[in-house]
Amino acid sequence: MSGMVEKRGVGTWLTHAGLIFGIAVICFPIWIAFVASTVTQDDLIRPPMPLLPGPHFFDNYLEALLTGGVAPVWQMLLNSLVMALGITIGKIIISLLSAYAIVYFRFRFRMLFFWLIFMTLMLPVEVRIVPTYEVVASLGLLNSYTGLILPLIASATATFLFRQLFMTIPDELTEAARVDGAGPIRFFIDILLPMSRTNIAALFVILFIYGWNQYLWPLLITTEPSMNTVIMGIKQMLPTGDQTVEWPVIMATAMLAMLPPVLVVIGMQKLFVKGLVESEK
Amino acid sequence: MEKRVVFDNRWLPYLLVAPQLLVTFVFFFWPAGQAIYQSAFIPDPFGLKTQFVGFGNFEYLFGNRYYRESFLTTAVFSVLVTISAMSFALWLAVLADRVIKGSSAYRTLLIWPYAVAPAIAGVLWLFMFNPFTGIIAWMLSQMGYVWNHNLDGGQAMALVVAASAWKQISYNFLFFLAGLQAIPKSVIEAAAIDGASFWRRFWTIVFPLLSPTTFFLLVVNIIYAFFDTFGVIHTITQGGPQQSTTILVYKVFADGFVGQDLGSSAAQSVVLLVLVGILTVVQFRFIERRVHY
Repeated sequence: MSGMVEKRGVGTWLTHAGLIFGIAVICFPIWIAFVASTVTQDDLIRPPMPLLPGPHFFDNYLEALLTGGVAPVWQMLLNSLVMALGITIGKIIISLLSAYAIVYFRFRFRMLFFWLIFMTLMLPVEVRIVPTYEVVASLGLLNSYTGLILPLIASATATFLFRQLFMTIPDELTEAARVDGAGPIRFFIDILLPMSRTNIAALFVILFIYGWNQYLWPLLITTEPSMNTVIMGIKQMLPTGDQTVEWPVIMATAMLAMLPPVLVVIGMQKLFVKGLVESEK
Repeated sequence: MEKRVVFDNRWLPYLLVAPQLLVTFVFFFWPAGQAIYQSAFIPDPFGLKTQFVGFGNFEYLFGNRYYRESFLTTAVFSVLVTISAMSFALWLAVLADRVIKGSSAYRTLLIWPYAVAPAIAGVLWLFMFNPFTGIIAWMLSQMGYVWNHNLDGGQAMALVVAASAWKQISYNFLFFLAGLQAIPKSVIEAAAIDGASFWRRFWTIVFPLLSPTTFFLLVVNIIYAFFDTFGVIHTITQGGPQQSTTILVYKVFADGFVGQDLGSSAAQSVVLLVLVGILTVVQFRFIERRVHY
């Protein structure tokens, strides 16, 4: 890429060596976690722990999935999946609809609504935890998927993204659709949605990771172990209380907890990068 | 920016914005209003009724040594996270930008920690630095350095900073790399022909041209350190030892849910609200400027 500028030889090797060093630093914690998830507790409690995987991969992962801590990990993974998909799909749908209304219609309070949605940018859940918890509790939504999902689906970012996208769609298309007798709903479904496909997919990747990785909110509102998500459930497994879970099982749980979002990032790298760059504009 | 061609419909637009507005009101404005309202009251010792205290909660808050220390802790923590995550990422991005062969493989290997939840990052680092069994704690002890972040506040801070920065490197790396690749190669080649060395080219040409990306990342990293690192703190230190890692967001949680001091917690929420407001405005100013570049 920088072609003629760079000298060959030592410089190139140093560059590669630097990158490999960087990757080693970044991957080391994961490698240690992986190794720890394939050995026994005895291997870990007498340091130094081994640096190469042991033969207990299946034992530990099965124990995590079927027994886990306060709840089996398969159940926590399922809860995480429901929450992540609920947040992702919910956010995309309500943002698509409101962006469509704001761009393609003229109505009273349009700009007021726009600014009200915009202001939610300034209210991350961490800031309003106690009162939001009270609202959700008073609505009877503790320990429910609705309570996990609904408070997190309003998103100014996604609404903005779709608004920007709709603004770039040429007016001629709308004209043509209207001449052909298409109403607003037809136009939305047959033209706008197909044209937003890649943006929706890119946003899906980002929002899925966001939803899957939620920690504080599920920690507050899921007091029943059967509703725990895996990201907060692993905290309950850490050895502080009376019941001790073995480190290999905890590390197997950590690996399982990060696997879905990591696969999404690696498998859909192009969409991920697109989504990341766009949602920050 | 406005559309020329729009649809006419009396009720459809209201129906379309209704779901988002409903969620926004119930879960954003109502709780935020509650926070502001509650911040002006204190409950009596039996929790039966509340008493209006005006700005009393705020006065109490800023008169409280622990709260002021929490501000300082947050400042130290965010500066350290931001500087370490950004400088390491910039260094990697500069290297990756120089690579001709295999750059996409490097990129893949560097971006995936973005997907790791802060709480999981906390668990991984806690495991490596466990004072009794952790591999790195053991290595340090072999070198004669005693590691115990449960007792030593400085070590606890170092550990939560490392775990938080580690997770954020990928994000910064991606944006720095994109920024570097957007710099016209002709500019750099011209400087090279004039005999400028790599580092001279970097500091006089590349780094200034990268400044919009750097400013943008600065704001994003500070917001990340302020709000998204709750999981790291909660899994590794729970704000300890002796409150040495109690950042503001953690304190809202600890006072509101563990300490049940709702008036103070609400007042802290309002303070945080103001802080996010300022950061968001700053972020938007930078983004506006970024568009002009």
